[in-house]
Amino acid sequence: MMQLWRAAFVIARRDFTAVVLSRTFILFLLGPLLPIVIGFAFGGLGERISSTDLRPVVGVALAPADSAALLRAHGRLTARMGAESLPRLRTAPLAPDPRAQLARPGSEVVAIISGTLARPVLTGKPVDLDRLQGDVSLLSTAALAERTLRFVAVERQEVATSRGAQAQARLLIGRAAQVVIFFLTILLAGMILSNLVEEKTNKIIEILAAAVPIDAIFLGKLMAMLAMSLVGIAFWGGTAFAIFLAAGGQPSALPAPAVGWPIFLGLALLYFTMAYTLLGSLFLGIGAQAATVREVQTLNMPITMGQMLIFFFASYAVDHMGSPAEIAACIFPFSSPFAMIARAGQEGALWPHLLALLWQAAFVALIIRVGVLLFRRHVMQSGGRWWKGLFRPATG
Amino acid sequence: MIGDTPAFSSVQAPAYAVEGHGLVKSFGSFRAVDGVDIAVPAGAIYGILGPNGAGKTTLLRTLLGIIDPDAGERSLLGAAQPLRMARQVGYLPEERGLYPSMKAYEAIAFMGALRGLPLAEGRRRAKALLEGHGMGPAIAKPIRQLSKGMAQTVQLFGTIVHEPRLIVLDEPFSGLDAINQEKLEALIREQARRGVTILFSTHVIAHAERLCERIAIIAGGRIRFEGTVSDARDRLRPQVRLRTRSVDGAWRRALPPDTMAQEGGWHFALPQEGIEPLLRALIDDRAGIESLSIERPGLHDAFVAIAGAAAARQMQDGADEEAQP
Repeated sequence: MMQLWRAAFVIARRDFTAVVLSRTFILFLLGPLLPIVIGFAFGGLGERISSTDLRPVVGVALAPADSAALLRAHGRLTARMGAESLPRLRTAPLAPDPRAQLARPGSEVVAIISGTLARPVLTGKPVDLDRLQGDVSLLSTAALAERTLRFVAVERQEVATSRGAQAQARLLIGRAAQVVIFFLTILLAGMILSNLVEEKTNKIIEILAAAVPIDAIFLGKLMAMLAMSLVGIAFWGGTAFAIFLAAGGQPSALPAPAVGWPIFLGLALLYFTMAYTLLGSLFLGIGAQAATVREVQTLNMPITMGQMLIFFFASYAVDHMGSPAEIAACIFPFSSPFAMIARAGQEGALWPHLLALLWQAAFVALIIRVGVLLFRRHVMQSGGRWWKGLFRPATG
Repeated sequence: MIGDTPAFSSVQAPAYAVEGHGLVKSFGSFRAVDGVDIAVPAGAIYGILGPNGAGKTTLLRTLLGIIDPDAGERSLLGAAQPLRMARQVGYLPEERGLYPSMKAYEAIAFMGALRGLPLAEGRRRAKALLEGHGMGPAIAKPIRQLSKGMAQTVQLFGTIVHEPRLIVLDEPFSGLDAINQEKLEALIREQARRGVTILFSTHVIAHAERLCERIAIIAGGRIRFEGTVSDARDRLRPQVRLRTRSVDGAWRRALPPDTMAQEGGWHFALPQEGIEPLLRALIDDRAGIESLSIERPGLHDAFVAIAGAAAARQMQDGADEEAQP
């Protein structure tokens, strides 16, 4: 067993240094920062867009006294509820008819209030009426009760935590971790698909296969790519954290996941490793069967679609903690890392994670073994029925 | 029965470095290795000779554990699972392969590391090997910048850098110029002097004739001959070349039936009864002997006769099979 790991380490070291010491690795590191920069740029733009007032404008075609009362009521209510909570009001002429006003080119109001405060008439498209009817009723009622309307004072009773808010925050943390792990996995594990093509095209596979078990080749390649991915994640994560701090973010202000931040981050790393090695070993096994880069590229699409399905499954499970779907997502090896990290966000128990990690590791070993046997059978043209060697020691 | 020895350090060196009994390997309906028995004595230079497509590479790959046989048993340095002995074996495959971006000394050290040699020691030895063979300037060059011959030499050094007990070379001379072929022969002899067992395949007979103590001639996936080079040459009777002043006469009746007229003379295998009866007839009938030589056949002649006969048999077998309804 030690020889297997030692050989795997030799392969991993070669692959790791070959990738990390190449010029393209700088592009690999900087590539994901581009969307972050663009995200910031678009984020600023988005802020500007959201600061632009997009509330609907309603024309007020009432008698001047009613119109003034309505505008005052609007002012009082928005002062309490926030400007975003009610539509904007704009005085409109009493004539022509609201229908004609709305049909006029250049009209900027979506609906017009006419009639009286006691019996307001709202004219507009049905969809806008549905949206604005309640607001207009509230405004009219407040305007009518202008003199008698007194807002009741609310006594504030503050608490440090709220179970509901905490549950919401933890759900959010679990979901965010799930998305991050999924995207990192899908972005990084895909590279493994073409990993053995170099050895096959350069005829190096013969030298490797004569010197070490093919299990060690597969394992070494996985280790190298995982290490390379972790270097990338450390770089991107560090950069993102630095930006967060530079933007005045307070790590202590973040809501804590159920298992606490240190354990959660540790589990996130482990589950990423598992998700990566599970998919990676599958990719390696499938990619190893391909003879050319073109074949690998053809295989890429169905595999990515399969990954998306698994993610949707795990994503659905987050909202249904304890349901059969969630338990199935935790057990199914390929969705297990995603489902389990979401669980770590919401539940404090640690033993399920130990079980899940062992379960996932066993599947990694199984997938590697099957991949190796298929590789020996179909690429090296060795051996008989491939499954017969499934549990044989990997010594060739 | 072939034994299995898991750890080399604790076992006595086996008499045979490589053994195979009843080895069979088929690819689909094609039987590449067909019931091969082979035993390579420890410390010998052993050649596997055969025409192209005879099954040499498949046999070597099977013996090394790169592929598993469909039937039969094998043993490498006493171990039934060849990869267990990988650290003591060096292998140069027929299809050469190196990582193009790797530096020459790194490639050698990497191949050593695959066989258990610590990387730092591998680098040190790699540099010494390259410098010792006049390739100092190539030490830090990437493989892609080396000539084909140099890259091949780098791979050869990668095969021996970890000082193996057994070196297996598949068609090692192919692609090398005459100078490098000579260097390789010298290197093989040097390794053999150190007690290393060398097993190599070739279809170029001259190398085997110069280097090998024992050979196996393989054709159609079967071993057609196994023994010393001398044994192989002895398979053919010595060849007689005769030139006479007289063209015809009663002496012609004394020539063996398989005599061929060649270059103004006669060429035939030495008769079973020896040369004396023929000599007597030539003298008595005044044939006028200009020259007479008795030559021991070369390995090339033996190889052509053995492999050629096997190929002819195989072709005949194939024709018979096709002729069957």
